[in-house]
Amino acid sequence: MTKTPMLSRVADSLYWMARYLERAEHTARLLDVNLHSGLDQTPSAAARRWERLLVTLHSVPPDCGATPYAITQALTFDTANNDSIVASIAAARENARQVREQISSEMWEQINRLYLQVRRTSMHEMWSGEPHVFFRAIKEGAHLFQGITDATLSYDEGWWFIQIGRYLERALATATLLDGHFGAFDTGADDLAAGFDYLEWVSLLKSCTAFEAYCKVYTASIRPEHVVEFLLLNADFPRSVRFAADMIQDAAQAIGRASATRGTARVERLAGRLRAALDYGQVDEIMADMHAYLMSVRRMCLQVHDAIYHTYISYSVDTMLG
Amino acid sequence: MFTSYEIGSVYDEMFAREGRPRPQYLALYERLAELPAEELRQRQQAADATFLNQGITFTVYGHDQGTEKIFPYDLIPRIITAAEWAEIERGLTQRIIALNLFLRDVYHEGRILADGVIPRELLYSCRHYRREMRGIHVPRDVYIAVVGTDLVRDADGRFVVLEDNLRVPSGVSYMLVNRQVMKRTFPTLFNRYNVRPTEHYGQALLETLRALAPQHRPDPTIVLLTPGVYNSAYFEHTFLARQMGIQLVEGRDLLAHDNIIYMRTTAGLRRVDVIYRRVDDDFVDPLAFRPDSTLGVAGLLNAYRAGNVGLANAIGTGIADDKAIYAYVPRIISYYLGEEPILPNVETYLLTDETDRRYVLEHLDELVVKAVGESGGYGMLIGPQSTREQRDEFRRRILADPRNYIAQPTLSLSRAACFIDGCVEARHVDLRPYILYGERVVIVPGGLTRVALRRGSLVVNSSQGGGSKDTWVLND
Repeated sequence: MTKTPMLSRVADSLYWMARYLERAEHTARLLDVNLHSGLDQTPSAAARRWERLLVTLHSVPPDCGATPYAITQALTFDTANNDSIVASIAAARENARQVREQISSEMWEQINRLYLQVRRTSMHEMWSGEPHVFFRAIKEGAHLFQGITDATLSYDEGWWFIQIGRYLERALATATLLDGHFGAFDTGADDLAAGFDYLEWVSLLKSCTAFEAYCKVYTASIRPEHVVEFLLLNADFPRSVRFAADMIQDAAQAIGRASATRGTARVERLAGRLRAALDYGQVDEIMADMHAYLMSVRRMCLQVHDAIYHTYISYSVDTMLG
Repeated sequence: MFTSYEIGSVYDEMFAREGRPRPQYLALYERLAELPAEELRQRQQAADATFLNQGITFTVYGHDQGTEKIFPYDLIPRIITAAEWAEIERGLTQRIIALNLFLRDVYHEGRILADGVIPRELLYSCRHYRREMRGIHVPRDVYIAVVGTDLVRDADGRFVVLEDNLRVPSGVSYMLVNRQVMKRTFPTLFNRYNVRPTEHYGQALLETLRALAPQHRPDPTIVLLTPGVYNSAYFEHTFLARQMGIQLVEGRDLLAHDNIIYMRTTAGLRRVDVIYRRVDDDFVDPLAFRPDSTLGVAGLLNAYRAGNVGLANAIGTGIADDKAIYAYVPRIISYYLGEEPILPNVETYLLTDETDRRYVLEHLDELVVKAVGESGGYGMLIGPQSTREQRDEFRRRILADPRNYIAQPTLSLSRAACFIDGCVEARHVDLRPYILYGERVVIVPGGLTRVALRRGSLVVNSSQGGGSKDTWVLND
């Protein structure tokens, strides 16, 4: 018996389920690092850092002022803010709920539990307790979901749609994070060295859980070009943009094989181009115009996204009736 | 544990009149009597947590926050003996076959109308009558493939039919999930009883749907059509789709082209052969019925008429569960099968009939009045529990539109033992077995026992504060 292909709507939901959960985890990680490293900084340095955090998450400062409390509240619990952790987890769960017969029961239970857990917690309770414990629970909840996905779901088309969603989100988020970080020192390489702040670079690495992995490659000597090389171009580290690009290409090819639709070539070509841009990138050239390079990476990611939609999800019916 | 338990004047599921447990309940009674209340409470909490974590919830309309609620689950099972079940099974089979013949007849020759058994004006004034179905041949002549019929016990313990649900009956997932939870909560006790399994429902449903495929489609693609995630029964739709291993689709996933139904997949369009639709008639096809519906598939009725797709249930089956037609079901059974009904009806007054109407208006405080086309416990007056204003309101409504109402005596629904606030107390229950009709009639032994959890309440619907419990049908 031949397996029925996946509904376009289901592919759409799986893709966004993965993207939203990745987004929630990313935000949780950034907040955690920021709260932690703010502890041993001067108030003015800490304030700058919070501003930068908002930039890297594409968020505007909350109305009630850019205090750490207000920002954390807005990025964690504010349901009116679509990018807050709670809103992202709720959106991931809502997508999972729409395809709950397609994912495994274990996956659904995990994402539902994570959702219930964040809904039960109040800002006050979190802030007056240990915020770190809360953010760690979110990161772990997201990791557990990924682990359960890998352990219980067939590695067929649906799994690949989850993969491509997760890694597109990750590539975009890491590129934006780097851009925001460099934007803060955006006055050329001389200033970069002058404004060099060891702690800033360490917390950038930690924002990608990359500090330990970085040290294994470059030792604990922190140099901006090494950090850039590691977070953008490292082939083996799962949060680097290049790693994400590799996974995006693998997923694009696997989906193309599974669905055998006409016109998959476009998705695969765009994914291949993204990968090539990172596989053959040269760090000194990139750093000559960091912003332009990161923007082009973002643009290529968005092109892959559009091509997926055009080919698999919102295609016009006329082209298919043939 | 049983200190506050009252055996009332109605039939009690667990105790005989003199207060002794009925034989089939003896082992359960002894187990409950020896369990500390705290232990029971813990098991109840564990069961509730299971429902919440698995997201086994229904949607309450009209609330913004916390729109998902769990359907309250009662720990204590309801037990039905093999002999009782055999009677139910025979009675329901007979009833469903007759109702199906009735539907075939009224949408074709209309013999039963020509013979004057059912008045034409009564039939044609049914809200769910669908003129568009006249003369359409449906696969195997099966109109009602999936049915849930509500039974209650009268004061003598006899099962009587309260109503048939022939459109899109729901609740079967709770029957199945209650059993799963039960087996986890009381494994030893469950094992000691010889309970007939219900697990094969999904397979039986799939076989039933397969039987409705167009003949020239040997390996049919079957889908379940849901109104979507905001429907109150969405959990059930996902549950059944998973049990059967079929696609769960929404209206926007489907389209009709040249009288063939397709679904949009990542690999392009795929033909669909059978649709188990959980969308009401009004919404299935905006071209044929409500034009503002976004839940259905434009062109579905034409594809159905062309014989290119099977539907479960057929369109227009709601005439046979209209509460005024209900009064005629015993006559329908005799007319088509030449048999006496095995399961009796509840006595029903038709308000179009002048003598009946006069009697009902004089006895509104004793009777239950129901709107004929409603379900879910809406549009009801329960006489003995009503206020004068409510009765006056219904009097006005009845006089304005007598065809829209029927009346029945207030039933003494039987009561079953339930675990409530740390004690075992008696609450009113009904029983909804699920009947499948494809190649033949199949009834999975069991059903959904619904409980009116509020003390004294007779309304068991989930939308009105009802809960449910596991139903055990015993082997001989």
